[in-house]
Amino acid sequence: MRRETVQGWLLILPALLLLVAFTHWPAATTLLDSFYATPKGSRPPRFVGLENYLDLLDDPVFWIALRNNAIYALWTIPASVILALVMALAVNTAIPGRALARMAYFTPTMLPMIAVANIWLFFFTPDYGLFDHVIGVFGGGRHNWLGDRDTALPAMIVVAVWKEAGFFMIFYLAALQAMPPDLKECAALEGSSRWNFFRRVTLPLLMPTTLFVLVNAVINAFRLVDHVVVMTHGGPDNATNLLLYYIYQAGFRFWDTALAATLTVVLLFLLGMLAWFQFGVLGKRVHYR
Amino acid sequence: MSSFKATRRAVLAGAATLPLAAPAIVNAQGVTEIEFYFPVAVGGPITKIIDGYAADFMKAYPYIKVKPVYAGSYVDTLTKAVTATKAKQGPQMALLLAVDAYTLVDEELIVPLDELDAHKTWLKQFYPAFLGNATIDGRIWGVPFQRSTIVAYWNKDLFKAAGLDPEKPPATWEETGEWTAKTIKREGDRVTSWGIEIPGDGFTYWLYQAMAAQAGVELASDNGRKVTFNSPGAVDGLQFWLDLMNKYKSHPQGISAWGTGPRDFIEGKVAMIWHTTGNLTNIKNSAKFPFGVSMLPAHKRRGSPTGGGNFYVFKNNTPAQQAACMTFLTWVTTPERAANWSMATGYVAPRADAWETQEMKDYVAGFPQAAVARDQLPFAVPELSTHDNQRVAQALTDELQAVLLGRKQPKQALDDAQTAATKLLKPFQKA
Repeated sequence: MRRETVQGWLLILPALLLLVAFTHWPAATTLLDSFYATPKGSRPPRFVGLENYLDLLDDPVFWIALRNNAIYALWTIPASVILALVMALAVNTAIPGRALARMAYFTPTMLPMIAVANIWLFFFTPDYGLFDHVIGVFGGGRHNWLGDRDTALPAMIVVAVWKEAGFFMIFYLAALQAMPPDLKECAALEGSSRWNFFRRVTLPLLMPTTLFVLVNAVINAFRLVDHVVVMTHGGPDNATNLLLYYIYQAGFRFWDTALAATLTVVLLFLLGMLAWFQFGVLGKRVHYR
Repeated sequence: MSSFKATRRAVLAGAATLPLAAPAIVNAQGVTEIEFYFPVAVGGPITKIIDGYAADFMKAYPYIKVKPVYAGSYVDTLTKAVTATKAKQGPQMALLLAVDAYTLVDEELIVPLDELDAHKTWLKQFYPAFLGNATIDGRIWGVPFQRSTIVAYWNKDLFKAAGLDPEKPPATWEETGEWTAKTIKREGDRVTSWGIEIPGDGFTYWLYQAMAAQAGVELASDNGRKVTFNSPGAVDGLQFWLDLMNKYKSHPQGISAWGTGPRDFIEGKVAMIWHTTGNLTNIKNSAKFPFGVSMLPAHKRRGSPTGGGNFYVFKNNTPAQQAACMTFLTWVTTPERAANWSMATGYVAPRADAWETQEMKDYVAGFPQAAVARDQLPFAVPELSTHDNQRVAQALTDELQAVLLGRKQPKQALDDAQTAATKLLKPFQKA
C-alpha cells in the first residue's frame, strides 16, 4: 500500500470509528430487527421476513403520520427558508437598531426546543393564552388551538418555522456580507433595477447557501419533533403525529421494537432519497465560485 | 491459545474481585441497598415528602439503605425503568401506573407481591377497587400507593345564582345536563361562564370510562384479553358526553384541555368540572368561593374508574433486596403513613383503616370533601387495562377524540376502536 493511502486512512480513522459505532452499526442492526417480530419477555425474536413491512401498509396511523409529515415539510421548508432570506436582507441594510434586530431574529435559535414549546404552549392556551387574549380584545371567543384538528398541525408548523428561520438567516447574512460590493456599484452604473439585481445577481450567488439551508431544512422537517412531545403528544386523533414521533411511540410507549425498527428503515430510506435528489439533481445546478 | 485463555480468565477474576470487595464489606455490616424510581418531573412538595419517608425509614431500619430516584412523568418513569431493567441496571422497585401491570408482567420484569408477602394478610387491607388493576391471573403484582379517582367539583355560588340548591349536586345524567345548562352566563352570543367541562385530551379514555361505567359497562374483561368498546351501554356513555355539548349545550364544543379545567373552575368560568382527586388540594387552596365535591352522577348505576400508581418489585433482585423491598413497602403503607400521604397530597388513602386514624378523622371533620373519593370507591371500576395496554388505550383515545371533534358518530367510532383493539389483543388469546 502506498504511504499516502495509509496516511489518508489514518486521518479519517477517528471519524470513521465514531460513524461506524454510532451511525452505520445501529442502522444495520435496525434493518435486521425490522425482519424480526417483537420479542416478548424471555421468548427470543422470531424471523418474519417482510411481514412487518406488509403490516405497515395496513397501519392507518402510519399513513396519517406520513401525510402529516409531508404537509409539515411542504410548509416548514419553504416558509422558513424564504423568511430567513427576507430577514437576512432586512438586517443586511443599514437600518437603525440593526444589531438589536439581528439579535431578536436569532434568539429563537438559541433557545432549546423544549423551552420554545413551553412558551408556545402558553401562547396557544385556550382563553388564558396570548392569542386568545388578543382575539378576545376584538370580541372573539375561546379557541382550543392544539385541541382542534384544523389548527393543531398548523400550530406545530408555526412553531417550527419560528424556531428555524433565525438559524438559516445567519447563513444568508454571512453569504450576503461576503458578496463583493463592486457588483452592486457596477449594476447601479448599468442602470439595473433593485429587483433585477436581486434576481440576476444576489439570488444566483446565494444558491450554494440555499442548497445548504435546504438540506438542513429537509432534515429538520423530519427530525424536529420535540415540540410535538411537549405540546400535543401527536393528538388530537393523530392530527399532529409525525413519523419520528410515531417511532418514539412505537418504541418506547408500545414497546413494539419491530414496528419501531421498520418505521426507522422507512424514514432512513425517505431521507436517503431526498439527499440523493438534493445533491445529485439540485447540486449540479448550483453555481459555485 | 489455552494459555492465553487462562491468563485472560485470571485477569478477569482478579479484576472482578476489586468491585466485589466493596459490597462484601457492606454485606459484612449487613446493609442492603435498594433504589426505587418515582414519577416526579420537577422538585417540589412530593419529592420532599418522599425524601422524608426514606430518611425516617432508614432511621427505623439502619440495615437498609433506600434511595428514591425521581424519573419524570409516569410514561418517562416506565420507559426508564423498563430500559434500565432490561439492561440489568434497573432499580429494585418503581412506582408506575396501575394500568401498566400487564406490560410489566408480559415483559416478565416483576414478581407477584402475594408471593413475597409472608403473612398473607397485608395485601388484604387495601380497597378491592384499588387492587383490581394489580390482579392478573389470580396473583397480585402491585401495592396501591399514589391512587386517585374522578370526582365532580361544583361552584356553590354559581349554582345559587342560577336558582339551584347550592348544597345539592346533580345525581343523574339528566340532572347534570339540565342543571349545568342553567348556570351558563353569556355576554351577547359569547359564553363567559360554562356549565360543565370534562377534559378530552391527555386522559380521554379515563374520563370516558366513567360514563361507560355509569351506563353499566366495564370496558375490559378481567383477564385483559377482551374489550367491549362497542357494546350498547358504551355507546350511550359517549352519547351523553356529546349531549352535554349539543343537546344541553352546557359543555364547550370540541376538546376541553386537561389543564384548563381546574383553572377555569378556580376563576369561576365554569360551574362544574369532572377531574382527578389529585386536584383537590390545589382547588382547596386556590378557590375563593365555597365549592363542593361530589360523586359522579348515576345512569344505570354510579361509576368512576380508579387511577394513579402502584409500587412494583422487580425480578432481578437478590433475596436480601426482595426482603428489604417488602420491609419498605409494608412500612410506607401503614395506616398512619397512608393517612399522612393522603392529607399531604390529596391522593386517596388506599386502605380503610387509614381513614380510622385519629389524624384522618379530624381532617375529614374539618374538610368533608376529602372523604367523597373514599365513599365513591364501592362504585369504582378498575381503570381500563389490557395486554398491550398503552396501544389499546391509544386506539380508544383516537376514536373518542374523533367523536368529540365531530368527525365520527359514536357507534361508528367505537366499532372502529373495537376492531383495532381486537386485532391488537389477538396474540394474547389462549389457544
